[in-house]
Amino acid sequence: MIGRTATATGSTRRVVTFGAGALALTLVASGCVSFYEIPIETPINAKLDVSPFQRVHVVGFIAGGSDDVDANLETVRLLRSQLRTRSGLRVIEADVLPLAEIAQEMNKDSGAPTETPAAPATESATPEVKPVTPAVKPTPEAVDSAGHSPQAAASVARVRDEKSLASFEPIFANVEYWKKLGEEFQQPLIVTGTVLFTPQSKSGMVSQTRETYDNLGRRVVTPTRVFMERKGYILRPKFIFIDGRTGTRIYAESFREERLYPSQQNVPALSSYFELMDDVIPRFLNVLSTQKVRGTRVLLK
Amino acid sequence: MVRTRLAAAFVVMGLTLAAGPAFADSRSDSKAQVDFGIKAAQRDLWKEALYRWKRAVEIDPTYAAAYNNLAIAFEHNGRFDDARVAYEKALELEPNNVLIKQNYDLFREINDRANRNGDR
Repeated sequence: MIGRTATATGSTRRVVTFGAGALALTLVASGCVSFYEIPIETPINAKLDVSPFQRVHVVGFIAGGSDDVDANLETVRLLRSQLRTRSGLRVIEADVLPLAEIAQEMNKDSGAPTETPAAPATESATPEVKPVTPAVKPTPEAVDSAGHSPQAAASVARVRDEKSLASFEPIFANVEYWKKLGEEFQQPLIVTGTVLFTPQSKSGMVSQTRETYDNLGRRVVTPTRVFMERKGYILRPKFIFIDGRTGTRIYAESFREERLYPSQQNVPALSSYFELMDDVIPRFLNVLSTQKVRGTRVLLK
Repeated sequence: MVRTRLAAAFVVMGLTLAAGPAFADSRSDSKAQVDFGIKAAQRDLWKEALYRWKRAVEIDPTYAAAYNNLAIAFEHNGRFDDARVAYEKALELEPNNVLIKQNYDLFREINDRANRNGDR
């Protein structure tokens, strides 16, 4: 072969060139272009061992942000319904706790400073996290559909941002309170936390595609960047899992989801809330049970 | 001196000629395993596919596609550490392969989620 190449005539060279081209084409056809898209389901193991629990109690959340959605009530309802169908735990159906009011009461009793509606949020307003023996009964008072007792609803501080939310957080470290609540419901896994659902508006350049038709009637898609004013919502839930037998916090995880819509599009706050929660729910459930994430990958030859 | 050089040249030539078919054989054997693995995976027989792709990388450890497929099978089984090693090997062999990169990026997204350990 080497000898032949060394003495190659014009026609031999053409054959070699043709051969190389064919080889390249074969390589492209067989080696590089052969791929198969395949659906896969990736299992992600549960982050918590919930085998010691038979029941789960979603008690309520300290919620704030938009007035258009009662994030406490909606979150409790949604999580309970998801847990009923997608977990092996029995879901306790009980009144939704007005946790913000209870936390505020606790702060008052412990002498810790609390947020007031008019007071601006300051660093010093955030109390230290310390266990406080509750003066408030864990049994919920009669609450309205929004999870507020009529008397307390008027006086409860509005939670507008993360800073004001922080002043309520000592309740989650109150071991005695949660233990007592756990005893009342046969020591379940307690789910609680904070939910902040705030409106958001942004303006800036956005990538879009524009469809046009050329002279021959063919569709042409052109990527463009346009200045746009958009509004929407940010959802920041923090789920806290408490052992109902001991009252101690066993796991917590925070999430942040954001949706922006063109300003002329009128999206109701509740629709946006559910849209955002759709993204959070699988990750919430993944704390308690193994979840399968569907996706596609490319197999190569 | 000349003889020694000539002998060395022959040895090198011999080795090159011998290695050529050997390489081609191992690649075609490995390719057969990869093809069979793909058919198995398409029929949702992931255990069989995993076995075939493991064999493929044993036969030809320079075959990037086999490592890519093996990584996917590991991912499907929830064996994230093994999947990462296999993807990285595939990318080491073919750093410019867009499809392997794409698979690896998707894998990393899932892996990050699985390794998130909460706020505690």
